Amino acid sequence: MDFAFSEEQEMLRAAAREWLADRYPADRVATLADGDEGWDPGVWKELTELGWLDPELDLLEQAVLAEEAGYALLPAPWFSSVALAGAAVGGPPSRPATLAWADDAARTLREAANTVSCRADDDVDGWRLTGVKRAVPDVGAAAIAVVAAREHDRVTLFRVDLADHPEVVHPLSTVDRTRRLGELRLDGTPAERLDLDAGVALRTVRRRALALLACEAAGLTQRALDLAVEHAKTRTQFERPIGSYQGVSHRLANVYTALALARSLAYRAAWCVAEDDPAQDEAVASAAVAAARAAVGGCENAIQSMGGIGFTWDHPLHRYYKRAQWIASFDGSPSRHRAELADLVLG
Amino acid sequence: MDFRDSPDEAEFRSELRSWLAAELPPDWGEREPHVGRWDFEAARRWTRNLFDAGYAGLTWPTEYGGRGLSPTYQGIYLEETARIDAPDHIGVIGLGMAGPTIIAHGTPEQKETHLRGILSGETIFCQGFSEPGSGSDLASVRTRSEREGDEFVVNGQKVWSSYAHVADYCILLTRSEAGSQKHRGLTYLLVDMHSEGVEVRPLRQITGDPEFNEVFLTDVRVPVSNVVGEVGGGWGVAMTTLLHERGTLGFALTARLDALFRRLVSTAQKTGAASDPLVRDRIADLYVDLQGLRFTNYRSLTALMKTGVPGPEGSVAKLHWSEANQRLTSLARELLGADGQLDGEGAFWNGYWQYQQLRSRGNTIEAGTSEILRNIVAERVLGLPRSR
Ligand SMILES: Cc1cc2nc3c(=O)[nH]c(=O)nc-3n(C[C@H](O)[C@H](O)[C@H](O)COP(=O)(O)OP(=O)(O)OC[C@H]3O[C@@H](n4cnc5c(N)ncnc54)[C@H](O)[C@@H]3O)c2cc1C
Repeated sequence: MDFAFSEEQEMLRAAAREWLADRYPADRVATLADGDEGWDPGVWKELTELGWLDPELDLLEQAVLAEEAGYALLPAPWFSSVALAGAAVGGPPSRPATLAWADDAARTLREAANTVSCRADDDVDGWRLTGVKRAVPDVGAAAIAVVAAREHDRVTLFRVDLADHPEVVHPLSTVDRTRRLGELRLDGTPAERLDLDAGVALRTVRRRALALLACEAAGLTQRALDLAVEHAKTRTQFERPIGSYQGVSHRLANVYTALALARSLAYRAAWCVAEDDPAQDEAVASAAVAAARAAVGGCENAIQSMGGIGFTWDHPLHRYYKRAQWIASFDGSPSRHRAELADLVLG
Repeated sequence: MDFRDSPDEAEFRSELRSWLAAELPPDWGEREPHVGRWDFEAARRWTRNLFDAGYAGLTWPTEYGGRGLSPTYQGIYLEETARIDAPDHIGVIGLGMAGPTIIAHGTPEQKETHLRGILSGETIFCQGFSEPGSGSDLASVRTRSEREGDEFVVNGQKVWSSYAHVADYCILLTRSEAGSQKHRGLTYLLVDMHSEGVEVRPLRQITGDPEFNEVFLTDVRVPVSNVVGEVGGGWGVAMTTLLHERGTLGFALTARLDALFRRLVSTAQKTGAASDPLVRDRIADLYVDLQGLRFTNYRSLTALMKTGVPGPEGSVAKLHWSEANQRLTSLARELLGADGQLDGEGAFWNGYWQYQQLRSRGNTIEAGTSEILRNIVAERVLGLPRSR
């Protein structure tokens, strides 16, 4: 039994952390979040050069990057490209990409494997898609979308070149402004049919995405905790640092505890999925529940510990809180994951 | 990262499994749980059995009857014994706290005298730290030890001393320097419980069991050779004991919690509560807690093996375990509805959950209260200023 990252993986972490701290200080993230696009497209080339999109990276290495991306709140479509589109097609894309699964007939990845309302028709020039895909992550930043559509009676995955068809992209206002959602309004839009088993591909996406999001959640919770601890050490009230009051310190000790558990489960989920372990679905669901609990609760406790400043737009905490909620609402909710776990343990 | 057993670990696990299967009655793992009152003699026989088979003190030095193995093996032992609900080693305090403290700070004679007996179950230890005026504020102990030639003369009172009524020895924290303050001037002694002047009065607990005691010490004579560490340096030695009490126990407790969780599931199924979506949700939530604890323990264990020092994750294990255990036992009792008020014969599993639920209230008090553990996490892990 060995539950630690390797030396190489730790080196990858250190390099990622350094680059992120340099490239995305809090004020830079704030500027991007408040801007129109939500990211700077120039970073894609840098990410590629740094190896973040290497097909050789295994899930554990991606897990390390995801945790660091969560810590810095990386505003770039890396997660969508790697864990959504990339996991569906079996490797990271060369341009920013995303996956569109949800629509009127399917909310979750699991439902999308069985039925979607978006329709695929083939005519002489090839396949065309029609229908509205909802809640598509990073759709405004993506050049490519992998779309789940109904071909006769079964669900199939298609590739749509969004750069050639910008008219189908409709970014929406999203609470988390560093990872936005939008719609694809497809109306006979040309698409390339992917020769994949959509059920298998969507199951893979779900596992990989939830494992990586759990790691991202660990990173962002750590950041929220660091911000709150720093504040609690320096802010004085009644002539004492507020961190000496147990109303504050015990709150933060609880955040630490929840984070320790969530982090262990996130790493374990990544390992189980990477190894195709028989426990992977249980591991992923456990990690997702613990991650949402730690991240949402951790940010809420951090906000409370900061007093009025924690409630302002100017302080970075709210962005972490919003990302935590993005994660907690991905592909269902923690209560859905708990229902799945209950089925596993209670039958 | 690899959660699988290495070939050696796998072999150890399978040997242990076969040994347990041979030693315990065939249906042992499946039988109904019984109310947790202690059968001292049976526990002693089982301990001897464990010792003879080489399963006591897996990580202890070989010269004292241990096997000098890495902590993973202890982890495997705990998982496997919890899985089949095997009886515990009798020496909860000797094995978990006194032994490791003697290994770390004891003299060669002390090791020679005590370690083997702890492992074999011949020597039972108790812990005399708490006093009526010193609980969370342990550094305020007042029990005096005054040097007279080659002996210390000890006077004072201890309280909540688990197993003192059956113990042969006590790890006793005393004030050896009159008028000294807080953690200065303390001396850590190994006291023979059969010495003249030691009086033990059982205290009845919330469960009805007398598991802990008051201990009165009147002119008790303790040879100077029974000082662990330096005279006046008892605080540091006591910290080693507490580190083991809170840290090393974490793994054992979590492994046992797993077995309790399986019983919760079986109770939910037997009572029909398993189809209630609200119950299902709470059970799943607990399941996540347990998995989180288990894998956090694995992470601490790996850190311990790589660096030699327990990682900060370890400090959360006792804190989180105690509260998870309380949630679990409270839910189980709740599932019994009005029958949860029945006790003993005629009650579900003879009142097993009723007992467990009451006993679990002690978990957030013993071995450091949850408030004290949160202070420790806040101050030592997060670096927040002291709360006083
Ligand atoms: C089942 C059981 C077995 C035990 N076995 C042993 C044993 O074998 N040997 C032994 O020496 N002791 C033993 N103890 C004693 C145990 O270690 C003490 O009970 C514990 O340390 C608390 O001390 P106290 O009871 O004096 O409570 P107090 O310290 O008086 O605490 C009362 C309350 O005040 C809170 N409090 C105290 N200080 C602070 C603070 N600084 N910040 C916030 N809250 C605070 C506590 O958290 C608690 O809620 C046992 C206790 C139990 C319940």
